Amino acid sequence: MEFFSNVIKIMSKYWKTFLVTGVSYTLLLSVITVFFGAIIGIFLALARSSKIAPFRWISIAIVEVIRGTPMLLQMYVAVFLVPKLFASEIPTFLSVSIALVLNSAAYVSEVFRSGIQAVDRGQTEAARSLGLTSSQTFMKVILPQAIKNILPALGNEFIMIIKDTSLASTFFIGEVMTACIIVKGNTYLTFECMFIVAVIYFVMTFVLSKVFGKVERRLKAGD
Amino acid sequence: MIKTVDLYKSFDVNGTELQVLKGVSEHVEKGSVVSIIGPSGGGKSTFLRCLNLLETPDSGQIIFEGVDITSKTVDINIHRQKMGMVFQHFNVFPHMTVKENITLAPVMTKKYTQKEADEKAEELLAKVGLLDKKDEHPGRLSGGQKQRVAIVRALAMEPDVMLFDEPTSALDPEMVGEVLNVIKQLVKTGMTSVIVTHEMGFAKEVSDRVLFMDDGNIAESGSPEELFGHPQNPRTKEFLSKVLY
Repeated sequence: MEFFSNVIKIMSKYWKTFLVTGVSYTLLLSVITVFFGAIIGIFLALARSSKIAPFRWISIAIVEVIRGTPMLLQMYVAVFLVPKLFASEIPTFLSVSIALVLNSAAYVSEVFRSGIQAVDRGQTEAARSLGLTSSQTFMKVILPQAIKNILPALGNEFIMIIKDTSLASTFFIGEVMTACIIVKGNTYLTFECMFIVAVIYFVMTFVLSKVFGKVERRLKAGD
Repeated sequence: MIKTVDLYKSFDVNGTELQVLKGVSEHVEKGSVVSIIGPSGGGKSTFLRCLNLLETPDSGQIIFEGVDITSKTVDINIHRQKMGMVFQHFNVFPHMTVKENITLAPVMTKKYTQKEADEKAEELLAKVGLLDKKDEHPGRLSGGQKQRVAIVRALAMEPDVMLFDEPTSALDPEMVGEVLNVIKQLVKTGMTSVIVTHEMGFAKEVSDRVLFMDDGNIAESGSPEELFGHPQNPRTKEFLSKVLY
């Protein structure tokens, strides 16, 4: 019972660090990552199936390198190496965001690619036989069906991103995991802090998965 | 209207080259109804799909309304707008309502405004008896209804020719009639049509000419009376003797 009274004590003193600073940084990082990751991901997926060979090669190279190396390593590269290459000061938050965006873009592009491939070839043929161009066919016929196909996988990816932002605590970005490190250092109550952080992450991801479930059901109802 | 000259097409099947069309030359005249019959793998569907370049022939020419559409300088999309196609598996767009399915192409190609296209769609749907389904999604329709929507979708572009690729092969038997009736009504209006079909009775009834395709070429062609009544080619005789109709 001492454990829970410690948890309450920590929260009454440090709730701002966890819930205001921590959660807002985590959500901000996640939203940036999801948004730009999805956009770049679609382009990577399109490049991957492009008729122009160099586009395909670049896309495959980016996706394979990112999937084949640890995220933490990618963050180190973004935070320490990239500013050196450009010989300029880049805010750590920006560097970490870039690493997260590129990482999620690589995974999302694979999700999009499989979703696009899963749309029946007959759909393309029907649209093209009516005289639509290939880009009209993609935007009006293929993409809407692909997004419906991949919604569960996309939801999964977004949940992963929320949790992956915790790696940014290595660079003291201020998100929930950073809050945990700070409070741990002040109070020496390691397990209590971990418990609080676990609950916060769980609530965020649980809410997100419920929201996605609702969207999926609504789209299915349209069929 | 459509003339093909010496069409060749092969497919790569697991590393071995399969020659599907072996120099097909044919002429479909304006206002005529041409049915293509023959055994599976004979090249019927490939030939039909070459006519609007869903398959690109390896060599040969396809001349549609005086233009060689196999030429690289031709914008095929403009010519496809004048060639309606109906598929075996309907290929209606599942994420759109019936009316959206029909108005998509006329609006996107700027043939009609949305309002004009809506009116046209309702007029055509009424003709095939599906006006009450205009706001449904295809998932709620039967196979026969989906195929009728697919026919209307093609007709909404006001094509000069209709291509039918086994339009009733994927249907439950009791729905074949409703789709064939729609096609019959259509050809009565003088629509130039090319129909790949296994429905021999139907081919006999509606066609001006019947082509028998076997092993990548047109083995025999003629009026329905000639081809069904007095087949000359031994392969045609053998095929027709095995088919019930």
